[in-house]
Amino acid sequence: MLETTLSILIVIGALFTFIGSLGLARMPDFYTRLHGPTKATTLGVGSLLIASMIHFSTQGEGVSFHEVLVTLFLFITAPVSAHLLSKAALHLRVRSIAPPPAQIEQADSEADRGRE
Amino acid sequence: MKHWLLPHPILTPILALIWVLLVNSLSPGAILMGVVLGWAIPLFTLRFWPDEVRVRKPLTLIRFLVVLLYDILIANLAVAWLILRGPRHVHPAFVVVPLELTTDIGISFLANTISLTPGTVSSWLSPDRRSLVVQGLDVKDPHALVETIKRRYEAPLLEVFESC
Repeated sequence: MLETTLSILIVIGALFTFIGSLGLARMPDFYTRLHGPTKATTLGVGSLLIASMIHFSTQGEGVSFHEVLVTLFLFITAPVSAHLLSKAALHLRVRSIAPPPAQIEQADSEADRGRE
Repeated sequence: MKHWLLPHPILTPILALIWVLLVNSLSPGAILMGVVLGWAIPLFTLRFWPDEVRVRKPLTLIRFLVVLLYDILIANLAVAWLILRGPRHVHPAFVVVPLELTTDIGISFLANTISLTPGTVSSWLSPDRRSLVVQGLDVKDPHALVETIKRRYEAPLLEVFESC
């Protein structure tokens, strides 16, 4: 019973992690590519972590809580790196399907003028 | 009111809890070490956290986190479905969300929330910190998206971090 539950969780985790990577390959431009790895993988990793937690808690060495921390760090770091990647891309004017708002261009050129 | 020995009263228990989780034991030694670290780290990193972090309504924060977890789950399913359907079905767009939040912690909370939830990544904060540019994976109605973000995420954060 335990084995079955663990297997199902691991398969679900692997599936979502795979879909996340698939998004990275399939999406049309840089900004849409960002979505796959930042989101679909959260559930994938979450599912794997729950499996790990159940497995190690039933080994007879007490309850394992390390996984809670992994989740916490993942939720803090994934959005920050996505934000920075996307900000850098906007600054470098990477090709985008959706037109970026005019405001960014304006602020960028103002910042450039300020530096001169 | 800022005390020089305990500049961040909220960070101390959080850091202590993280330490206890890290060593994975509830022994008195681990707890003591956690408390010492929780007291010392904010003291030494004071320059990174000039403003005191204040949580005004913890219950609203907890309710917000529950809503967030649910939304993350839905976001995962929605994005997975969009990826499987293929790139021809997505309509990406940039939307500008006018911000009412002013504190660092409030804005970072909101930006992180947006990146974790349905098909949106926060991409750019204007230099005057008054608006946040959000990239959406599949946006059918930009105004509705801005409305949802403001009502569902910004309103509770305003209550938690900035209400008087």
